[in-house]
Amino acid sequence: MSETFVLTIDGIKIEAKPGQTILQAADGGGVYIPRLCAHKDLLPFGACRVCTVMVNGRPQAACTTPAARNMVVDNETPDLRRHRASLIEMLFIEGNHFCMFCEKSGNCELQALAYRFGIMVPRYPYQFPQRDVDATHPEVLVDRNRCILCARCVRASRDLDGKHVFDFVGRGAGKRIWVNAEGRLADTNLGGADRAVEICPVGAILRKRVGYRLPIGQRLYDIQPIGSDIEAKRQAAAPGR
Amino acid sequence: MIELARDIRDICRSHGNDRTRLMDIARAVQAKYGCVSSQALDLIAQAVKSSRVEIESLVSFYAFLSVQPKGKIVIRLCNDVIDEMFGAEKVARVFSEELRIRFGETTPDGKISLEYAPCIGMSDQAPAVLINDTVVTYLSTDRARDIVRVLRETGDPRRLIRRLGDGNNAHPLVRSMVHNNIRREGPVVLAPLTAGAALRKATAMSPVEVINDIKTSRLRGRGGAGFPTGMKWEFTRGADGDKKCVMCNADEGEPGTFKDRVILTEHPDLVFEGMTIAGYAIGAELGIMYLRAEYAYLRAFLDSVLQARRAQGLLGRDILGKAGFNFDIRIQMGAGAYVCGEETAMISSAEGLRGDPKNRPPFPAQRGYLGMPTTVNNVETFCCVARILDNGPGWFAAMGSRGSTGTKLLSVSGDCSSPGVYEVPFGIKLSDLLQMVGAEDPRAVQMGGPSGRMVPPADFNRTICYDDLATGGSVMVFGANRNIVKAALKFLDFFVEESCGYCTPCRVGCVLMQKKLEEIIEGRGQIGDLEYLQELGSNMKLTSRCGLGQTAANPVLTTIQAFRPAYEALFQARPHEAFLASFDLRAALEDSEGLAGRSSEIFAA
Repeated sequence: MSETFVLTIDGIKIEAKPGQTILQAADGGGVYIPRLCAHKDLLPFGACRVCTVMVNGRPQAACTTPAARNMVVDNETPDLRRHRASLIEMLFIEGNHFCMFCEKSGNCELQALAYRFGIMVPRYPYQFPQRDVDATHPEVLVDRNRCILCARCVRASRDLDGKHVFDFVGRGAGKRIWVNAEGRLADTNLGGADRAVEICPVGAILRKRVGYRLPIGQRLYDIQPIGSDIEAKRQAAAPGR
Repeated sequence: MIELARDIRDICRSHGNDRTRLMDIARAVQAKYGCVSSQALDLIAQAVKSSRVEIESLVSFYAFLSVQPKGKIVIRLCNDVIDEMFGAEKVARVFSEELRIRFGETTPDGKISLEYAPCIGMSDQAPAVLINDTVVTYLSTDRARDIVRVLRETGDPRRLIRRLGDGNNAHPLVRSMVHNNIRREGPVVLAPLTAGAALRKATAMSPVEVINDIKTSRLRGRGGAGFPTGMKWEFTRGADGDKKCVMCNADEGEPGTFKDRVILTEHPDLVFEGMTIAGYAIGAELGIMYLRAEYAYLRAFLDSVLQARRAQGLLGRDILGKAGFNFDIRIQMGAGAYVCGEETAMISSAEGLRGDPKNRPPFPAQRGYLGMPTTVNNVETFCCVARILDNGPGWFAAMGSRGSTGTKLLSVSGDCSSPGVYEVPFGIKLSDLLQMVGAEDPRAVQMGGPSGRMVPPADFNRTICYDDLATGGSVMVFGANRNIVKAALKFLDFFVEESCGYCTPCRVGCVLMQKKLEEIIEGRGQIGDLEYLQELGSNMKLTSRCGLGQTAANPVLTTIQAFRPAYEALFQARPHEAFLASFDLRAALEDSEGLAGRSSEIFAA
């Protein structure tokens, strides 16, 4: 085991191991850095940019930047808060997100972040894009209206499931999630129990027939804000703060 | 289908069924069949042991590749800001009328497709069009009619070339009507070199001494960012890895830049010599020149230069008789994606992937092409390298300004009497350059292309160098009557088209800026909109993943700063719509009116 070192996030000393990213070190130390595309079981990707922090005065994505000794990181600043809220709003208006009748509501990370940031209405105009739904698969539904292009399913299918069910096609504003077939999810080797399915942070990939098993009001982020589990670690370690 | 299967098997086999060569494979299939069809995707995936969606992901990324069939002939009309200044819109209308199709469509007989292309590197001879690999310059509406006629009659774009250009443009392997428009030659880039002269001097020294010479010369990268070349080489040399790679960025895509086109046409030996010196210095055996698809007409010529260098012992094994010094260069073609000029996106593309930039760290010098420590330098930078080794670092450092040594090649276009390529010492005043190019009383000059800045007359006394007005080479002159806000919109249109879409701020932010700017230009803007644009721009700058997104807001931000009155003039006071001018009630009611089958009461009268 290599030696640990210390970096500072918002003035809090955080212990990190070599090879850890800033985000991983922060998670371990009980400092929550908001994120959407990052996931603890996946390789860093750096697409949503919500985890942007200032590292020694320069903007960096916390999920892809290695932690380093004596690094000084700013996370909770008014500027970063504003920019992160802006990114979250961009993701809302870019797609068609109708929380009130989305079965992911309460378990959705995008929605949970919006609540955490106190976003009532996005400052940007809704784009109302035309996107399609693929319900061909017996167990899984893909609704591109709600996709935020985070590539969690792409990475999970490839690295955790050992398949290549999902990838992106197109570029720019025309970029969308696609499947390893002539367009139908049913023609891929996706299984209902694949990690690629449950790892979606929003309601873009849903397992069929389980949507309301847990009633709204009793779901993950209905009970406590997103990031609370991480922050609880530090409160447990230093109850006085 | 059987023929397709056989062709694809052959194409893949000729590239070793190597999935990292997917760019070449997809380009070859596209050239033969006018698309990489659904069946082709499956066949390629089988041959290179990849998955169909991975091939589709690549094909759908690049403008020159497509799953949907295109015509045997693809007309790509350049619609960048300079081409539009010189009448590209009229030419576009003629193409559309004559072919009876809109842009983005193919004629019903499947023969001709019509598309727009962002800057094809011909801004000094605009408007220009790329027809398959053939460039036709100085277009007029008459010429456009004639082009359609010739293409209909012969089906052969090469028949459109009547008068050949100057210099090597007339070379049998080039045969293009492109003109060099070299207006001012300098001692560094646009000067002759005997092939091998600089390399001989380099190999007489140790690799570390070569790097020291580059450091002493204080050479900085000519692509625009200005990173010290010697330092980049030192990092690459010192990085872990037995195999290393030298890449030449010949993906000259910044609108208004065309100087690399001229270098590659007239001084390719200088570039290859610089690459070979880099290979010697960092200990690389592999060199790759990434050439933009728009310059495919130079490919055969450049290959012949490489072949000649191999024959002269300047490439290959034991170069110049130096045992163990092995280095060779291959040309990697791009397929129409501006973002591939970003060095990590270029590496992705050369690896047979979408042109998505990579996360840094690791930097290319640590882990680049296929994991090898890689140095990526601009075409012009390699020219400087060769010249520094030939003439000495002191000679080089004596030119230019303190922080910016040597000369810079500028691509000048727009409202001036002598558009073309100028080699000038760094530190030259913009006003002196404007006089040199014959630009009278310009309203503004865009320095460094869309990702650069719009400079107002009050700043014409500033100097061209890394520490003041930095540029990768693009200098666009806007005359007194040009519309600055519209120019900013054109630049934004470009970024919307070219964003890779990987990260949120660039993918969404560019579109939001574009829409707001359109509103303002249509007279539906209001004063607060400028703050909206500035806030959006600051978000894109701070949070975007690569240089494209970080600079995409520049045209808007710098024009708001320097030309605020031009924006404010577009905000009209209209009391009856004072609440939200951007809201179009009529348009909002359209769908409901359609469903109801009648007009809204408000507008009934």
